[in-house]
Amino acid sequence: MPRIPGRPAEGPVAKNLTPKKTILDAKQMARIIRRMAGEIVESNRGVADLMLVGIRTRGVPLAEAIAAEIQRMEGHQVPLGSLDITLYRDDLSTIAPQPLVKESHIPGHIDGCLVVLCDDVLYTGRTVRAALDQLLDYGRPRAVRLAVLIDRGHRELPIQADVVGKTVPTSSDEVVEVNFNSTDGAEQVRLLERPTR
Amino acid sequence: MAPETPVRWNRKDLLGIAELSPAEIELILDTAESFREVGERPIKKVPTLRGKTVINLFFESSTRTRSSFEIAEKRLTADNLNFSVSGSALEKGESLVDTALNLQAMAPDLIVIRHPYPGAPHMLARRLKAGVINAGDGAHEHPTQALLDAYTIRRHKGRLAGLKVAIIGDIEHSRVVRSNIHLLTKMGARVTVAGPRTLMPAGIEKMGVEVAYTLADAIRGADVIMMLRIQLERQGRMSIPSVKEYFQLFGLNTQRLAGAKEDVIIMHPGPMNRGVEIASEVADGPFSVILDQVANGVAVRMAVLYLLAGGAEHETAA
Repeated sequence: MPRIPGRPAEGPVAKNLTPKKTILDAKQMARIIRRMAGEIVESNRGVADLMLVGIRTRGVPLAEAIAAEIQRMEGHQVPLGSLDITLYRDDLSTIAPQPLVKESHIPGHIDGCLVVLCDDVLYTGRTVRAALDQLLDYGRPRAVRLAVLIDRGHRELPIQADVVGKTVPTSSDEVVEVNFNSTDGAEQVRLLERPTR
Repeated sequence: MAPETPVRWNRKDLLGIAELSPAEIELILDTAESFREVGERPIKKVPTLRGKTVINLFFESSTRTRSSFEIAEKRLTADNLNFSVSGSALEKGESLVDTALNLQAMAPDLIVIRHPYPGAPHMLARRLKAGVINAGDGAHEHPTQALLDAYTIRRHKGRLAGLKVAIIGDIEHSRVVRSNIHLLTKMGARVTVAGPRTLMPAGIEKMGVEVAYTLADAIRGADVIMMLRIQLERQGRMSIPSVKEYFQLFGLNTQRLAGAKEDVIIMHPGPMNRGVEIASEVADGPFSVILDQVANGVAVRMAVLYLLAGGAEHETAA
């Protein structure tokens, strides 16, 4: 599988959370990612000028998995990038200390490209807003699309995905945790619950 | 390279390298790595410090440090204001604290200060709510210079630990050398300092460095050679017989480089005196990373500004 350079391995996210149920297992995830890859190629009418950009952390392995499927279907290696949106967050003045900044990587020029932003979970939409602002600092893509593995609702900004793996209704006490082999040593999507206060 | 549990930055100020832990130094260098990428984009600006105000308070002339901070501030979208000594109220007899309190009334988030007296930034840091960055205080410290030097070495050599670093020149009057010795020894590098005896402070060995009195001894087997500026403007107060003699004994030219490692890098904090401490053939030669240092300075200062502007835990708790 093509990998984005310079990406450090990271552990699982969940802390103090109780697993509630498994939403997707590895097989179901693979099937959904295959379908998402197909939808992306179909709506772009092929792979010309296509670029996949994963939002750190788990948008990156999603972008890699979609790229691997496109490679299998079309025999074409799609350029892969990654964005760390920390410097574009809208809550930097309310959190302390500063979050760690990791590197972003865009392969070549994005002018005229069809860029598909990839993220594991679409929730408030604030991460995607930050990613859009950052992406446009690299140039002027022909169009930008959004692909997410899980759409869990609760948007705070008018942002919608173009390609959705699975829509999962959730409450705000719940957390959707996506695991990939490369970051977490497992492939699954779980619904977790925060401890009740 | 990332530690298991990442360190977080919890200081209000950056006053010197002496008080930093190796993990904090590593955090700044790692953060700088991410900011270097910003400088390579078509639009070299991020909105991170939008709405924050930074005052550059310079009581000594400086071109490169001040411009480097200015570019770093602009690339982070901070509003900045340059306040230099000439034409200011200081010439009318205002004390440093009064000047600072007046600036504080303008509610800056960060103050970058260069001052001829050691400890001036520390005094401001105690008095002011704003974060204070030391951009050089007398012959005491110049932390961002040491950080950008370390960052440049790490980019070329991949590490700091175990390297042999030779620092040559006016050890006595150099704040750059003090900050660099603190940083390099904390990170596990071996430091040798060399220069005329008259410019070598007594007891420098206590900082954990070796002392050499000839250029050849100092650079034998060196991975990194740092040449310091001979402060010609201090010539009247300095103890070298002549510039010509200095170059003959401690000036770096191609021939004298032979004793160093084959992949040695040559550094200089600038501004250079060509033909005094360094020959042009070396300054412009293949081993020189002097202009890299300048470019890296912006990324390192962006990292420092970013980390300090965050509002540390002590503030949030209040």
